[in-house]
Amino acid sequence: MVSHDRSRSARLVSALSQSGVLIALIALLVFGGVRYASLNFLGAYNVVSVLQGTAPYALTALGMCFVIITGGIDLSVGSVVGLSGVVAALLSPYGPGVALLGAVGAGLVVGLVNGLIITRLNIQPFITTLATLLGAHGAALLLSHNAGVTVAPAVVDLGQIKWLSIGIMLGAYVIGAVTLRWARFGRNALAVGGGADASRLMGLNVPRVLMGVYLLSGALAGLAGLLISAQSGAGQPNEGGGWELSAIAAVVVGGTLLTGGVGSVWATLTGSLLLGVILNMLNFENGLGVVSLSPYWQSVIRGGFLLVVVVLQSRAAQGRDP
Amino acid sequence: MSGPTSTTAASSVPRARPAAPGLLGDLRQVRASVLILFVLLAFNALFTPHFLTLQALNVNLTQVATIIIVAMGMTLVIATGGVDLSVGSLMAISGVLAPLIFLSGAFVQAPTLGLILSFLVPVIVTLGFGVLNGLFVTRLRLQPIVATLVLYIAGRGIAQVITNGQLQSFSNPGFSYLGLGRPLGVPFQVYVMLVVVALTYWVVKRTVFGRNVLATGGNAAAARLSGVPVGRVTVQVYAISGLLAGIAGLIVVAINRSSDANQVGQGMELDAIAAVAVGGTLLSGGRAQVLGTFLGALIIQLIRFTLLTRGVPDAGAMVVKAAVIVAAVALQQRRRRE
Repeated sequence: MVSHDRSRSARLVSALSQSGVLIALIALLVFGGVRYASLNFLGAYNVVSVLQGTAPYALTALGMCFVIITGGIDLSVGSVVGLSGVVAALLSPYGPGVALLGAVGAGLVVGLVNGLIITRLNIQPFITTLATLLGAHGAALLLSHNAGVTVAPAVVDLGQIKWLSIGIMLGAYVIGAVTLRWARFGRNALAVGGGADASRLMGLNVPRVLMGVYLLSGALAGLAGLLISAQSGAGQPNEGGGWELSAIAAVVVGGTLLTGGVGSVWATLTGSLLLGVILNMLNFENGLGVVSLSPYWQSVIRGGFLLVVVVLQSRAAQGRDP
Repeated sequence: MSGPTSTTAASSVPRARPAAPGLLGDLRQVRASVLILFVLLAFNALFTPHFLTLQALNVNLTQVATIIIVAMGMTLVIATGGVDLSVGSLMAISGVLAPLIFLSGAFVQAPTLGLILSFLVPVIVTLGFGVLNGLFVTRLRLQPIVATLVLYIAGRGIAQVITNGQLQSFSNPGFSYLGLGRPLGVPFQVYVMLVVVALTYWVVKRTVFGRNVLATGGNAAAARLSGVPVGRVTVQVYAISGLLAGIAGLIVVAINRSSDANQVGQGMELDAIAAVAVGGTLLSGGRAQVLGTFLGALIIQLIRFTLLTRGVPDAGAMVVKAAVIVAAVALQQRRRRE
């Protein structure tokens, strides 16, 4: 009975938080649509390029969402983006398929190491993935000899197809949403986040679920690394620095609690888009020429948005659940 | 003199240790770290040419001083069960503020006043941001990772906006003394570091505030019921962390004789947390191994130095560092379980 109540209030809170981020995004779009109407803010070209630019970030945020749902955290995704971007660039002469396999494979290796350390050595995810953040970044620097690796033209051409990046992002999110809602893996991840001990007593193979989410997070970060390399034409070992925290921000803005057990895939996508639109609007604001804001304002504004949305969420949560 | 509790007895119940066991007892708790440090020192003394020189000592201490200063604040924050991701960004803020003050036209007539203010104002500002972090955690009830993520993202942006992302170079011997001064042949910031370590150790061991920090991290609800001002203690540890990050930012800028909002303190949060974790402070709170953090940072630094002098590239050293962090934490957990 108690657990029923809690799950109902949790569902209510997550629904509120999700609509919160959606309302914020719509408000921004309406504001931008009116203010930058002369610059065609809501035109197809801009919408598509924002979506394309957001795709790599959104992919890492999706993996992070699953990890956070289990009550964990994955700080290594930023380094994985750099590492797999380099691997993809090194393998790109052998064709897009090989580059894809290499990038996702590199992410899976880091995810496997994370999962093994967390489940076998029982080291907290925060420390584990902090270590693999360093290790994966070191590996990226070693493989690339500390310089950008040029991506073969065939892969670069694919990276310029805007709908391909967007399609991969949307496809991943549809699969992610279905998995979380209906697949056994998704339900298990929610159960582990709700209570690892209870899940174990119910007969859940907790280590296997945890292995799964870290593998998933690594693979998606690997895919993001491939996309960013293909889009930019080079695999940069230092690419992805700080992405882990942007991904966490996108997930948190989307109303997923860091304590685990609750989470929404679509709200994470909305959160990623919100952060992407803020940067885009800054460019448009400068395009208007009324006030000139340096690009450095984007982090200040992003930080401010993170605070506002998170505070609204915790207010909603406290209001419903004293 | 010896400690009344052994590490194994303290492990079963996560609570503050009953009495200060003294320096000797604390050294016994971190004896594994002491041992590893001695092995590293002995190895380098035997096999690294010019290791036993003041210069090699100064190189290592200069590189590790800021990490240790920040890690002391991080130890206190983590002891309350929190974490402070914003330290690197706060370093950038204090680092860009200082040159702005002593380079500004307002203090042409009174350079000494400008110099004093350029030490004080940035540190007070980062202290204020630390208080803000603490209020996010206590008043807004945000989780520490999220609360400090706000200033991690926004803080560096603030520093970049202040300077418009430009590098500020300067030549100010008075200010640079903080980074380049060598009283008795040892860099000035090493003295700062030692004072900070000694103060933190004393605070944790001998003051009511230190007891309250451990009680808050051990069990916040129980601490509150027994009269510990949990909210105030939490705000105070984030404020201290902000203050120390501010000092570290000043040191980095003083060494470089320039401030770069994009670079100062980059990745510092990870270095500091790694030192705390290697030092044996649990991330779940309730413990504060000040000496452990100090030794942990020294070990990480010495391993990096040892590898670099053997021609291993920095990238390779990072991979080894990753393995060391995992190994150290795994060993401590095993020992605690026994």
